[in-house]
Amino acid sequence: MKLSGAEIIIQCLKEQKVDTIFGFPGGAVIQIYDALFRDGTINHILTAHEQGASHAADGYARASGRVGVCLATSGPGATNLVTGIATAYMDSIPLVAITGNTPMNLLGKDSFQEVDILGITMPVTKHNYMVTDVAKLADTIREAFAIAASGRPGPVLVDIPKNITIEKTEYEYREPEPVTIPRSPATEEDWNRAAEMIRRAERPFIYAGGGITLGRAAKELAALVRKIDACLGLSLMAMDCMEKDDPHYTGMIGMHGSKASNMAMKNCDLLIVLGARFSDRVVGKTEGFHENKRILHIDIDPAEINKNVPTDHFIISHMKPALEELLKRVEEKKHPRWMGEIRELREKFPVSRAPQSKRPKELLDALTELTGGNALIATEVGQHQMWAAQFYGFRQPYSFLTSGGLGTMGYGTGAAIGACFARRDRQVVSVAGDGSFRMNCQELSTAVQNKLPLVILLMNNKTLGMVRQWQTLFYNGNYSATTLDYAIDWVKLAESFGAKGFRIGAQDDPRPVLKQALESGCPVLVDCDIPLDNKVFPMVPPGAALDELVLGDEA
Amino acid sequence: MDEKRVFSVLVNNHFGVLTRISGLFARRGYNIDSLTVGVTEDPEFSRMTIVARGDHAVFEQIGKQLDKLVDVRHIEVLTPDDAIIRQLMFIKVNTKNRDLAAIREIAELFRAKVVDVAEESITVQAVGDTAKLEGLENKLRAFGIREIVQTGISGISRGDHTLIGMKRNAEKAVIEGQFNG
Ligand SMILES: Cc1ncc(C[n+]2csc(CCOP(=O)(O)OP(=O)(O)O)c2C)c(N)n1
Repeated sequence: MKLSGAEIIIQCLKEQKVDTIFGFPGGAVIQIYDALFRDGTINHILTAHEQGASHAADGYARASGRVGVCLATSGPGATNLVTGIATAYMDSIPLVAITGNTPMNLLGKDSFQEVDILGITMPVTKHNYMVTDVAKLADTIREAFAIAASGRPGPVLVDIPKNITIEKTEYEYREPEPVTIPRSPATEEDWNRAAEMIRRAERPFIYAGGGITLGRAAKELAALVRKIDACLGLSLMAMDCMEKDDPHYTGMIGMHGSKASNMAMKNCDLLIVLGARFSDRVVGKTEGFHENKRILHIDIDPAEINKNVPTDHFIISHMKPALEELLKRVEEKKHPRWMGEIRELREKFPVSRAPQSKRPKELLDALTELTGGNALIATEVGQHQMWAAQFYGFRQPYSFLTSGGLGTMGYGTGAAIGACFARRDRQVVSVAGDGSFRMNCQELSTAVQNKLPLVILLMNNKTLGMVRQWQTLFYNGNYSATTLDYAIDWVKLAESFGAKGFRIGAQDDPRPVLKQALESGCPVLVDCDIPLDNKVFPMVPPGAALDELVLGDEA
Repeated sequence: MDEKRVFSVLVNNHFGVLTRISGLFARRGYNIDSLTVGVTEDPEFSRMTIVARGDHAVFEQIGKQLDKLVDVRHIEVLTPDDAIIRQLMFIKVNTKNRDLAAIREIAELFRAKVVDVAEESITVQAVGDTAKLEGLENKLRAFGIREIVQTGISGISRGDHTLIGMKRNAEKAVIEGQFNG
């Protein structure tokens, strides 16, 4: 069957069972949009901005566990995708981004809307392609999907010059090869050694991260934690992988981690790191980090081993099979003294102690109560993001969509929209800050247009709160460029987009309004008054060690 | 402590591959002393010889990060003991009022060739490892060096095996399930 390049793109998306893509048209992709229109089976979601499309594809991927797809035209369309691609790259999210480019005879001549998107995205993609031969188009797209989803996932960009979308070639349907989980290269001896380290440990602590989320291995993680009686701290990327009231769970680790987790990380004799990468936001100061302990690191990416912190033993594996293997090899253990010590810290220093996060906690408690902890939570970046991580009571894993690695303000609305399309069976809530929300608030129109039951919980402190917190603590209260005492009426803004807008005052019981919002079945923005100087605690000051955390319960 | 290490890297012979590799080094702050690239016996592949400077931890990361690039097909570390590592250098030396024979004699000592003789200079071509070329340069300095041009290092391992062959064996092992990453 002879098809045009544009038609082949559509067929290849269908091969991959892609049902929804997010994008924005333009001259270089007009042919692709025409093929989309004529085919009519793929749900194309027109966002307000290409950045929204890339975040939506990312949110779709995180919520569904499948590859997200976005599409943009050449030049500015392509560059607008970049922040979303980089966000996905830093958090290892599988994405295929398709961009148009000027026809090949105009490439390299500074033609209208020509940009070297390959060069621009090389550092923030797992791989990227420019298709220069229509005969190779189908296989390139197939490869892009396979690369995005396999091993450590990540975004792949395919740049397609316009002439390729017009030229015709033979197309034949090909069933995609299933993404297999490769067998670990670890030997019998490697596994036994890992099991032996666990057997010998008296104070085991597990630090688990995004690999558990990406590998959908929360159940196996819980089983290991129980079997070896270890305490468990989670990085932001796996916040939803254990219920907060589990007796083994000690809270988030790192800069805004709990005292119990950070102390356990310091005082353990065996640190088991699962699908995590010792990010600076997690380990703080690396000097002295390794003291008095052994480290067992399990990750799918060999380059993460010994990158930031040297390890004593490692295994390269996906999380699920690794945990299954370990479960077979370790015996039941009990560490009453160690667990007792840590539990005492947990009870004595709960994250909820700080009076300066009282109001955010009330709001998130209400949200937990009304959603039964079953919502998919997207966030923006800032204080509200940390509060959501600390206080929302997740009852289901793989439900937290947050930009951990890149820390992208403006991520939340797009990601939440993507999640709505991925999981029509789940309530989606975006927990937002006023600064971040404003960055991409135009995507409200996308939510309205598609009648999405999306609730945006705007934690409105009228400031770029996280930066203000640093200015208060470390910069003598010089509030340089962080005050947002603007005259924006968020309720009216929501209404002007065709959404509903509600307000919750600083003293109000949040439940009635939140309940109404959650039951609306359409996009709702809830503007919640948050005291200007509320803060995220505990906090490890920049450059300090993990146990030097400030609890913030003085005032 | 700074050491040098020679990576021989088999890559897909596509446009953009050099940018991917040099970009990786720049972005992650790895030091490159030299990088050469040329097509192999199989036009599908090019081979790069990269001399990096760093310590053991840096070399470990360089190897692993290179390995993550889709266009990198196989990596081998070359050491002087089990590989032949060479570089090409041209040195243009002043000959005005100088002893031409003495220059020729030094060149011969280093098995270098005189490849051009001009009115006021001669150009010597030398092939060798870095130490040898430095030696030659030092000896010729007394005559007055006008210009030096050198290539990066190229290397090939001793013995019958080839880099493409090693890649094929590694891939076969993956298919047979002996090794998988
Ligand atoms: C795109 C982008 N620009 C700047 C920053 C730096 N930054 C991190 S948090 C923050 C403040 C966020 O303010 P807001 O969204 O109002 O949330 P709050 O901290 O008040 O909850 C800023 C400016 C960022 N993370 N992302």
